Amino acid sequence: MSLITTLARMEAVREGRAQPLTTVRHRHLSERPLAFVPLTTAGETGAPLGALVGTDRDAPRLLIVAQPRDRDLRFAFLAELAEEIQPYLDSYGDEVELEERKETDPETGKKVPVQVELCQDAPQLLVPSTAGVAFVRLLGRSMRFRRTAEQDPETPFPAPARVPLLGRWLTHYGERARVPGSCLLLSLTESLSRHWATGQSNLEDQHLGSLLAWIDPPEGVPGAEAALRAESERDEDGRLRCPPAGPATDPAFDNKLLAPAMSRYDAARTEASQGVAGGSARLRLAEAELRGLIESQLRPTWDALWRGVDLLRTLPEGARVADRWKRDRWSYTGHRDRVRAGEPPQPKLDDAVTAAQKLAARETAQAQLDAHEALDDPLVMAGRRLAGEAFAGEVIDVEMAWSDAKVPRPRPLVTIRTEDRPHLAERVKLHRVTADGRAQSGEFAGHADLDGADEADGSDEADEADVAEGQGDAEGQGDADGPAGADGPGRALVVRLTGGMGRGKQPEPGTVPEKGDRVCWTLFEHAPRGGPELPDAESTPWTHGGPPDTAAPAQSPQPDPMTEEDYL
Amino acid sequence: MDARALAALAANPGCRRRALLDGAGVDKGALAQALGAPANFGQSQFAHQRGNSFEARVKADGGADLVRLLHERLRDGSEPPGPGAVATPDLTASGPQGRTARTALALREATEAGRWALLDHPMVSLDVAGSPAFLEPDAVVVHPDGTWTVIEIKSFPMVDGSADPAKVGAAARQSAVYTLALERVASMIGEPEEGGDAAEAAEAANRADRAPVRVRVRHQVLLVCPKDFSNLPTAELVDVRKQLAVTRRQLDRLTRIEEIAAALPEGTTFDLRLTDDGRLPTRPVEELTAAVDAVDAAYAPECLSTCELAAHCRTRSRAAGQVEALGRGVRGELGGFTTVDAVLTAAMNGPADEAPTGDPAVDALRRAAALRAEALASRPELASRPEAAACR
Amino acid sequence: MIGADPAAAAAHPGRARAAEPFDPSAAAARATEAILHDTLHGADRGVVVDSPPGAGKSTLVVRAARELAAAGRRLMVVAQTNAQVDDLVDRLATADPDLPVGRLHSSDPHPYDPVLDGHESVRASAKIADLAGLDIVVSTAAKWAHIRHVEPWRHAIVDEAYQMRSDALLAVAGLFERALFVGDPGQLDPFSVVGADQWAGLSYDPSASAVTTLLAHNPRLPQHRLPVSWRLPASAAPLVSHAFYPYTPFRSGTGHGERRLSFGVASDGSGPDRVLDEAAASGWGLLELPARRTPRTDPEAVAAVAQVVRRLLDRGAVAVSERSDEPQPVAADRIAVGTAHRDQAAAVRAALAGLGVSGVTVDTANRLQGREFDVTVVLHPLSGRPDATAFHLETGRLCVLASRHRQACVVVCRAGVAELLDEHPSTEPVQLGVTVKFPDGWEANHAVLAHLSEHRVAWRP
Repeated sequence: MSLITTLARMEAVREGRAQPLTTVRHRHLSERPLAFVPLTTAGETGAPLGALVGTDRDAPRLLIVAQPRDRDLRFAFLAELAEEIQPYLDSYGDEVELEERKETDPETGKKVPVQVELCQDAPQLLVPSTAGVAFVRLLGRSMRFRRTAEQDPETPFPAPARVPLLGRWLTHYGERARVPGSCLLLSLTESLSRHWATGQSNLEDQHLGSLLAWIDPPEGVPGAEAALRAESERDEDGRLRCPPAGPATDPAFDNKLLAPAMSRYDAARTEASQGVAGGSARLRLAEAELRGLIESQLRPTWDALWRGVDLLRTLPEGARVADRWKRDRWSYTGHRDRVRAGEPPQPKLDDAVTAAQKLAARETAQAQLDAHEALDDPLVMAGRRLAGEAFAGEVIDVEMAWSDAKVPRPRPLVTIRTEDRPHLAERVKLHRVTADGRAQSGEFAGHADLDGADEADGSDEADEADVAEGQGDAEGQGDADGPAGADGPGRALVVRLTGGMGRGKQPEPGTVPEKGDRVCWTLFEHAPRGGPELPDAESTPWTHGGPPDTAAPAQSPQPDPMTEEDYL
Repeated sequence: MDARALAALAANPGCRRRALLDGAGVDKGALAQALGAPANFGQSQFAHQRGNSFEARVKADGGADLVRLLHERLRDGSEPPGPGAVATPDLTASGPQGRTARTALALREATEAGRWALLDHPMVSLDVAGSPAFLEPDAVVVHPDGTWTVIEIKSFPMVDGSADPAKVGAAARQSAVYTLALERVASMIGEPEEGGDAAEAAEAANRADRAPVRVRVRHQVLLVCPKDFSNLPTAELVDVRKQLAVTRRQLDRLTRIEEIAAALPEGTTFDLRLTDDGRLPTRPVEELTAAVDAVDAAYAPECLSTCELAAHCRTRSRAAGQVEALGRGVRGELGGFTTVDAVLTAAMNGPADEAPTGDPAVDALRRAAALRAEALASRPELASRPEAAACR
Repeated sequence: MIGADPAAAAAHPGRARAAEPFDPSAAAARATEAILHDTLHGADRGVVVDSPPGAGKSTLVVRAARELAAAGRRLMVVAQTNAQVDDLVDRLATADPDLPVGRLHSSDPHPYDPVLDGHESVRASAKIADLAGLDIVVSTAAKWAHIRHVEPWRHAIVDEAYQMRSDALLAVAGLFERALFVGDPGQLDPFSVVGADQWAGLSYDPSASAVTTLLAHNPRLPQHRLPVSWRLPASAAPLVSHAFYPYTPFRSGTGHGERRLSFGVASDGSGPDRVLDEAAASGWGLLELPARRTPRTDPEAVAAVAQVVRRLLDRGAVAVSERSDEPQPVAADRIAVGTAHRDQAAAVRAALAGLGVSGVTVDTANRLQGREFDVTVVLHPLSGRPDATAFHLETGRLCVLASRHRQACVVVCRAGVAELLDEHPSTEPVQLGVTVKFPDGWEANHAVLAHLSEHRVAWRP
């Protein structure tokens, strides 16, 4: 944890309420997100118990599984869930814009521009907590290999076509959620704790009610006390007033209320099936009772989720959030295309090339996210400055200079006075954004005395650049000290501008900072590139097991076995 | 020593309060209740039923399926057990001592018989802090070569070959304790010699002329879980050598309990003075609190999921302003500062551009505070209450 | 059942038999011959060589490269950092000035060490086409990954293969037919800044080390081990071998007494002087400061480190070794200070500058990998810490810091680290199917600390 975040948490303790970690919102929030608050049955993998789902905060749809061990009821639940979510997911698929993209021409092997569709907006799924994200993934896994009657007339539990389809979408959303900065599937606990520091630990922040209690405590109640209430206060029936955000239930609720109600339901169902008088009425009653019970556990979380959305909306969106959301739109569009092209569901396990591609893409996304957040938000940048990864200060001198190439290029030397202590070594690359939003590059050219005379840089860290190649690690995190011999206030650093000045011999007007300007340079790139292209899966090298087994059926893998034993 | 006490030990080996209470066998749950800070632990009966029926299913047909699963995972090219090849000795006896003795006997017999045997819920004991703790593994399998494997049956799933790493880790630590206890039994039975820790193994490997050391209790346990979304069992071998080394060392250190106890004020007791029906504690909360506070706790938020007393300790830790209440990780850069007040005071007193104080922690805190203040100055409205009127 | 198969380990080339006197040169030579034989004449597509600290890995790589080139095999060499590549090219060109070597580099400004321009047979270019036809082309894995549409090389040497990530190998493995993989399994593992748990347990987990993936898919490849550390003295090899290579022990190439450190000036009785005497006598010294929680740049510990270095120079340290008949002065360039964090290194540099010391290498474990000095002074990664994190416990970090010296190693540390380790939670998650890596950082730290405590000098500055 960075020292700035630690301080914010301690301020929260002192103030009795959460303190800002950001000055803007770093997550995209859809105009019309779909909220999904699931509950699962304890001990049974991926067996839903109930859910509130919908785009209207005042009218969520309640879905329950009255007897989770009954597969028919479970499958009915999943069908209903698909009925609710799939149309929402599909509704963004047809409004498109055209984008130009470079693709490799299969005949010439050259990159040629092509026009491709990009959906104008994308559906956004919100869940209460990170456990909810994992549950979306699990549901996707359990649904996408289900067979429809059309695919397999023999299947004992044929699924409506929407069920495996939703399984594929949930899988896509769950997988996308692993990409740093992506917003197709967001958890409220993660989003809120990115923006506020509470006076409790990260672990306790996983509890949505407790987190909200710190961010927005009731009038006159200190955050710690409000959080404690959210964790433990129970009503007269022994129900937590603020139940866990799921998908796990409160064991006390299971034992005291849910289990007896389920037994009544089972008994009534037996009676109803045997034609006992009044059995059907009792069954309806028992089911209504279960609906009420399950809703009582879901509704507080549903409301908390929307309260969290409101809180996030109080923050203005960061300038680069839309750029990242565009990547999410690409991701959505890409999956839409794969579904439309009739591709099979995602495999159970990634092959070697796919895994490596995903890892590389996520590392790039992480670097981009880190850069974007810092550039969008002075408070995030403050953390990077403290860590020695950026510095800000006032320009106190500008000296024109040119490169000694045949056609000399402008290489002005800019001297900046700063209190920051960046980890600089000779010729370290530097980056900044100019006042009009353009990228400018530079390199560190040494320390300067305050009278402006350059001083040779005595740093012995000349191999610094190598660390950026992937051998770096947490060694430098949160470093507070700069290079040796550079202590004391009022230090000045000289930066040689190397780019962002136009193409001429003279820099374009406004591209070179002037005396008195405040500038902020970063040691990190602003638009980090991805890694190299990897081989196609068919060319997987021998070191990684060779090409995947092509003899395996390309069709979807076998559905999960359904045995009698599943029904306990 | 039950799974929870073990988890609490693993999560916070340095906590003297936990060590003393667990070592003395105090019911921490009841104590927490009496202190007015009950733990939110509990198991759903659905999970309990499901776990039981899964275990019963796994062990049905005299353990033949289970042994077959183990044999498959070993991939050692040996003959698979044929029908009726698995012995299932009767382990019933009265009392934990009796059951432990019966288990030891059954292990000896099964080992001598040189055939597969499944011991269903055997009982083994381990010396914990000077007194025997009785442990009941789900099962132990004796191999025809005379080696033993601990079987751990859990109800969390293995989906596409992977399982929740935190839960697998907990299962591995639990199995390591069983393995240690079994090694004690093995040492009493004798040949083949005991071995096992990394150094010994390397040492043994150095003696190149000697035959490979045989280890009675295998250091890979078999973790059995439901496969994907079904109730069908699947299994993986889990290497517990690391957990063994750590647990051995931790158990060695547990003997310090006497030292902790010796430092307590004369007459300290955690007796709740239950009413005659044993349902209500009558001891005043202040008195209990004082008794508990007589021994130091090392509270960290991780305790909340492993120790029944955590809510109480959290309250005390927060009241004392200890920085650990915000997470162990926050301490890293705070140097000698241990309280929130001290940190805030150091951070706020004096601007960042003042001459260095000589204490890097203070300098860093001041710089952090100044940078934070500078950035927040760009959005003064953030320092005040967030606008969230719409949500209530 | 134990992790390493002792029988197989015993059959490993180079293993010393207790019965015969150990001849390090012969053992090392046998291992090298076996490696070269498998590389040049073996049927397998890959050969893996584990090299403990200072066991002659670079020498092996240079020799293998030259023999492959001499055998007419077009060779590409993959290293992990530009510094490693430059060093290798320099060694190759120095060893054989007529050998045509290509240095493939990035298009950044100042992409390689200008030293290479002094070798006539070395050609440097950012374009692979410019280097076509050269016997040997050397570059980083990152640069090789961008090479496309070329005829595959007949052979490759992958250097520091344990520090290379599996996905990096995936990107370059299509460029060669066969390869020799060389590296030190005890150094710092590769890592990823994003979570890769979802692939844990898969044979091709992209975040695992290249060797892990290679062996998971090709378990029958010949695996060799260099059995002798020429760098570590007899006082250090047993500890480093035991603590960091428990299943693959190695020996020192020199015997007790063959290396000696002594001082021209007698001890003044201070802590730094006493710990230097202890280190000169035993190869190890622990300068223990009073227990205290400190920030990373603990001023007292930093000052103590600087003071030890200052006294080492002031007292006119001379080293006797098999390299020369005459005792050699231990000058500043033969001394290194190792730390865990960059800010600690910066603080030590400042403190040394304050004492008028220059020319001593001060760096983090990460950047000391592969380097060698006579005497090292180490600021213990756990000194003064309130807690041990995975970073500070990482086995490779301690291993690098404890295995850079030819004569002696002085560790500066606050008291209380053993207790800190005892209080460290053991709640590590376990991934199914992932081979447990030994040794555990926690255990290794205990082992090293227990050994160091026998050479402790308590000092209150």
